[in-house]
Amino acid sequence: MNFLESSNRWSDGYAAVVIGASAGGTAPLSAILQALPANYSLPVIVVQHLHPQQEGPAIFYKSKCCQINLKEAAEKEALLAGWVYFAPPNYHLLVEDDRSFALSVDPKVNYSRPSIDVLFESASEVYGALLVGVVLSGANDDGANGLKAIQERGGLAVVQDPASAEMPYMPQAALAVVQADYTLLPEQIGALLCKIGEHARKV
Amino acid sequence: MKNDEIERIEVELLVDALHRRYGYDFRHYARASLRRRLRHALAKSGYKRLSELLDALLWDENVAHTLIANLSVTVTEMFRDPSFYQAVRKKILPYLGTYPFFKVWVAGCATGEEVYSLAILLYEEGLYERAKLFATDFNETALKQAKDGIYPLKDMRQHTSSYQKAGGQGSFSDYYHADYQSAIINPALKTNITFANHNLATDGIFSDVQLIFCRNVLIYFDRVLQNWVLNNFTQSLGNGGFLCLGNKESLDALERRGEYAAIDAVERIYQKRPATGPLQTSTPGPKSAGWPA
Ligand SMILES: C[S@@+](CC[C@H](N)C(=O)[O-])C[C@H]1O[C@@H](n2cnc3c(N)ncnc32)[C@H](O)[C@@H]1O
Repeated sequence: MNFLESSNRWSDGYAAVVIGASAGGTAPLSAILQALPANYSLPVIVVQHLHPQQEGPAIFYKSKCCQINLKEAAEKEALLAGWVYFAPPNYHLLVEDDRSFALSVDPKVNYSRPSIDVLFESASEVYGALLVGVVLSGANDDGANGLKAIQERGGLAVVQDPASAEMPYMPQAALAVVQADYTLLPEQIGALLCKIGEHARKV
Repeated sequence: MKNDEIERIEVELLVDALHRRYGYDFRHYARASLRRRLRHALAKSGYKRLSELLDALLWDENVAHTLIANLSVTVTEMFRDPSFYQAVRKKILPYLGTYPFFKVWVAGCATGEEVYSLAILLYEEGLYERAKLFATDFNETALKQAKDGIYPLKDMRQHTSSYQKAGGQGSFSDYYHADYQSAIINPALKTNITFANHNLATDGIFSDVQLIFCRNVLIYFDRVLQNWVLNNFTQSLGNGGFLCLGNKESLDALERRGEYAAIDAVERIYQKRPATGPLQTSTPGPKSAGWPA
């Protein structure tokens, strides 16, 4: 059975997607972003942990890998459909009630800044049941509490299949606290997000 | 009503109470991170709900002062964003060097690392003796640490590396004295610094300042308060004075942006243009010649 047939929660009508990636997360993240069309009908917000020496999300901006537009999220910028926003290195990224971005240099959360939990929790407070959360490969447990917060508010919880992850710890940590709606391979997550885009809620 | 919405009401009541009861004005702070910090403070306080904390702080000043200290984020470091300090060295200090005496305002100085970094720069460029630095914050605890200038010795390795990346010319260890686990800032760097409690949301301006640092503070404010603060900075700065913001902050969306030229857009360094009154336009002085458009 095709994974899209196993559950039809993709048709619930969502308004935003948040993605968390850490060690080993670049490959699945690019697979997912490459699947999205230029006119994707939801904003996509990404927190990716990076080692200090690693080149930032800038690799994505330069590579022209994707049809969809990519940029670094700016303070007070309004979230728009058809864009993928990355948290700037060294800042937490949050969503405000008026659906604009906020940055903070608050202390690290889960040894991380930006922290996936900080983004997921603040976005779920704003989007409630209209939010999709995706946790990808990583070596710590950032994102688990955030995904839980999303699910508690009725949003959709998606986790990369740990067996497909270079670093299975982060998806496993999420699965330990969340009954995921979908546990999928990166390509399947891309297909799921496309499907979600076709049924997006206009807000 | 959903719990999130009830909590939002609690947050607004608490913000209102802090303002009316204690004069601390958080009404124009960006809400998402304020809510996070309130929850954090709540967890530490031992109360179950923000509304219980509200009750406590209305009647007990100590509760309020603990909360206020917990609401401000004092995360900072020496030579944060080293390339910024390089730009200050190259683009601002030569200009300040043309003054026999100048004033600097470091607004939101937290625990002091930033103002000491700037003091080191001024010292190395031979300008420290001519400078008067005001370092302000509204967090009394942070301000006290700033005055003391005592930092964990273990952080000095990181700071030394940032100092070097910032173009530091000397030996960083000359600027502090190691004592057990602490690094004590060289008192010579303190002589021209005045630390003062100042709230950007409610307190007044300084006059005829040539350089303002206000980095990683405006991100916590909404547009209304950002505009208010920029207004005060603009009044505080002398013509040709510099304003330096944090790495992800800009004047782009603020009302008085037109009164500034971006000297270094990446490092967020702005310079206040000379006032363009009729007098100046009819008799342009030497300083306005070649002014960046
Ligand atoms: C994140 S720290 C930035 C420290 C330093 N400027 C830096 O960039 O490393 C923000 C500082 O702004 C201060 N602050 C926040 N609101 C303020 C206000 N209304 N008035 C004065 N200081 C304020 C906080 O107490 C804190 O010390």
